[in-house]
Amino acid sequence: MVGRAAVRLSRLVFAWPGQERAVIRISSFSLAPGEQVFLSGPSGSGKSTLLALIGGILRPRSGSVTVNGVCLHSLGGWARDAFRGDEIGFIFQQFNLIPYLSILENVLIPCHFSRKRRLRAKEAAGSPLRAAHRLLERLDLAPDLWNRQVTRLSVGQQQRVAAARALMGGPSLLIADEPTSSLDADRREGFLRLLLRECREAGAGLLFVSHDRSLAEAFPVRLEFTEINEAATG
Amino acid sequence: MRRFFYLLRLSGQSAWNRRGTLALVVFSVALSTALLLGIERVRGQARESFRQSVSGTDLVVGARGSPLQLMLYAIFHLGGATSEISWDSARRIAERSEVAWSIPLALGDSHQGYPVVATTPAFFQRYSYRRGESLRFAQGEPFRDLYDLVVGAEAAKNLGYRPGSVLTLAHGSGAGKLAEHTDKPFAVTGVLRPTGTPVDRSLYISLEAMEAIHLDWQGGAPVPGFQVRADQARKFNLEPKRVTALLLGLKNRGRVFALQRQVNDYPGEALMGVMPGVAMDQLWTMIGAGERVLLLVSLLVTVTGLMGLAAAILAGLGERRRELAILRSAGAGPLDIVLLLACEGLLLMSCGILAGTAALALLIAGLGPVLADRYGIALYLSPPVAREWAILGGILLAGFLAGLIPAFRAYRLSLADGLTVST
Ligand SMILES: Nc1ncnc2c1ncn2[C@@H]1O[C@H](COP(=O)(O)OP(=O)(O)OP(=O)(O)O)[C@@H](O)[C@H]1O
Ligand SMILES: [Mg+2]
Repeated sequence: MVGRAAVRLSRLVFAWPGQERAVIRISSFSLAPGEQVFLSGPSGSGKSTLLALIGGILRPRSGSVTVNGVCLHSLGGWARDAFRGDEIGFIFQQFNLIPYLSILENVLIPCHFSRKRRLRAKEAAGSPLRAAHRLLERLDLAPDLWNRQVTRLSVGQQQRVAAARALMGGPSLLIADEPTSSLDADRREGFLRLLLRECREAGAGLLFVSHDRSLAEAFPVRLEFTEINEAATG
Repeated sequence: MRRFFYLLRLSGQSAWNRRGTLALVVFSVALSTALLLGIERVRGQARESFRQSVSGTDLVVGARGSPLQLMLYAIFHLGGATSEISWDSARRIAERSEVAWSIPLALGDSHQGYPVVATTPAFFQRYSYRRGESLRFAQGEPFRDLYDLVVGAEAAKNLGYRPGSVLTLAHGSGAGKLAEHTDKPFAVTGVLRPTGTPVDRSLYISLEAMEAIHLDWQGGAPVPGFQVRADQARKFNLEPKRVTALLLGLKNRGRVFALQRQVNDYPGEALMGVMPGVAMDQLWTMIGAGERVLLLVSLLVTVTGLMGLAAAILAGLGERRRELAILRSAGAGPLDIVLLLACEGLLLMSCGILAGTAALALLIAGLGPVLADRYGIALYLSPPVAREWAILGGILLAGFLAGLIPAFRAYRLSLADGLTVST
C-alpha cells in the first residue's frame, strides 16, 4: 500500500508494569486512512490495552506505534497527549460522560484540550457550539435534551452523546471500545449504523472493538485479535 | 491560559457536584481559619492592651531595684511592696519644672484579695491607658472624704459594691488570714468603668486614709494598748511618709532620658526611674509564653483541617477515575489532571478562608462591643494587618500543598489506569 497509514504498528511489545509476560506482541499491523475495522477477540486478550497504546496513553516496551504518519515514540509526553487530543476520538463501553457537565458541555470537551479540533469545528460549522449542535442533531438527540444533566439520559442516548464527542472537531481516527455492549440488540444496530455513517461522512477511520460477531457484517474489514497478537496465542 | 481557566471551571463544577461532602471540608477550613485568625487577633490585642495598661506615663520612679518588680507594683499593684521611697523625695521630684503631673501610689493593704492603692485625686484625672483614654466613673465620683473609697469595675462587680457600700480593709496582701482594719470602715463613693487594665481589679483610697488606718499600727500588727478611733484620726497630721511609686508625666517627652538620669543619681536616696514601655515589653515576653501555646494549638487544628481536605479529595478520587480517564482520552495530559485537582484544593481553601474570615468579622462585630463593655477586651473590626495577611497566605499555601497529595495520587492513577477503568 502506498501512502500514509492511519495506524501502523511494528514489532510492538507491551507488558503491564511489574509483569513479566507481555500482553501485546504484534510484529506488524496497519490501518488505511478512513478504513473501518472490526476487531474481536476473547476477554482479557489485550484489546483495550492495544487501544490505549494507539492513543499514546500507554507506552510500549519496544517497537513503534505510528498514527497518521507520526511516530508516537518520537513525541514527548506532553506532545503525545496533545496529539491524541488532536487526532483521536474515543468511545468506551459505558460511563462515557462526565456527570456534572451538561450534554453540550460533554460534547465540547475535546475542543478545550485541542486547538486543532476547535479550529476544525469552527471551519466546518462556524463555531464549536454550532458544530456540536449539528452532530447532536445528526445523532438523533433532540435540542430539548442538550442542556440536560447527562445522568437523566438512557444508556443509548449516552452512547450517542459519547459518539458526538468522539466525532467533535473531526479527528482522523475513532476508537470505539465495545461501545454497544451495554445496549440492547435493537439499539445496537441503530447506534452502529449512525456511527459508521458519521465516520464515513467525516472521513475518519474507525477501529471498533467488540465481542459481538453479529455486528461484524457491517464492516468491510474484520480482524481476529488473536491472529495479530502473538502474545495471546503463545 | 485558556486551558487553565477551563480546568478551573471544571474543578469548580466537579466540586459543586460533590458539594454535600465538600461543604464539610470547607466548614473545617473556615473553622481553622477563624480560630487561627481569632487567636492571633486576641493575642495581638492582649499584648497591646497589656502594653497599654498604662499610657501617657513617661517615667515611673521607685526605690532602686528590679525595674520589672517596680512595674508589678506600680502598674499591676501586685506583691507586697517591700521597698518604698520617702514622701520627701517623691515630692521634690514631682515639683521639678519639667514634670507636668505626678501620681503617687502606695500599696500594702488589700480587700478580699484585691489590692488597695492609696493615691491622690490626680490619679482619676491623669492616669490613662490604651491610646490615651482616661478613667471614667460608671457610678459616683472620686474619693473626697478621708474614709471614701473608689472601686475598679471588676472588683465592684464581683463583690457587688455600689456607691454607699461600706467595707473594711485588710492589712497586707496575699492569702491566709489577714488582720482587718475593722475600726475604720470605708464607704464606696465611686465605681470605675471597665478598662481592661489592672485598674479594674483595684480599690483606691487617698494617701491620707492610708496614713490614718495605720496610725495605731507598727510593723504588721496593731500597737498594743494604743488605739486611735476613726474620728480621732482626722486630727492627726496625715501627710504620708513613704510611697511605693511615683508616676510622672513630662511637659516635654524628650526630657525623659535626662530626668531618668537625674532620678537614678538622686542624692541621699537610692531611686530608680523606669520608662514603662520598655519594661512592659520585657514583662510581656516573660508572661507571654501561654499565648504561644494557644497559637500552637490553633496551628494543630489548622493542620487537622488541611488533612481533612486532602482526605476528602482523596476519598473522592476513586469514583472520579472514570472522569479523569475521559479527560485523558480527550487529550488531557497527566499534568492537566494534577492541575485539575490542585485547582479543586485551592478552590476549597479559598472558600473556607473567605468563609472563616467573614465569620470571624461577624463575630467580632457582634461580640466586640459586649466584650469591651463587660471585660474591657477591645476587639476592633479592622482590615487584616500584615501578620494576619501572612497567616491567611500561609493557610492558603498549606492548603495548596495538602491539595497536591490527592493531585499526585490522581497523576499516578491516571498513568496506571490507561483508559480502562472498570467502574
Ligand atoms: N491497568 C492495568 N494494570 C495492570 N494490568 C492490566 C490493567 N488493565 C488490564 N490489565 C491486564 O491486561 C490484560 C489485558 O486486558 P485488556 O483490558 O486489554 O483486555 P481486553 O481484551 O480489552 O478484555 P475485555 O474484552 O474483557 O475488555 C488482562 O490480563 C488484564 O488483567
Ligand atoms: Mg477491553
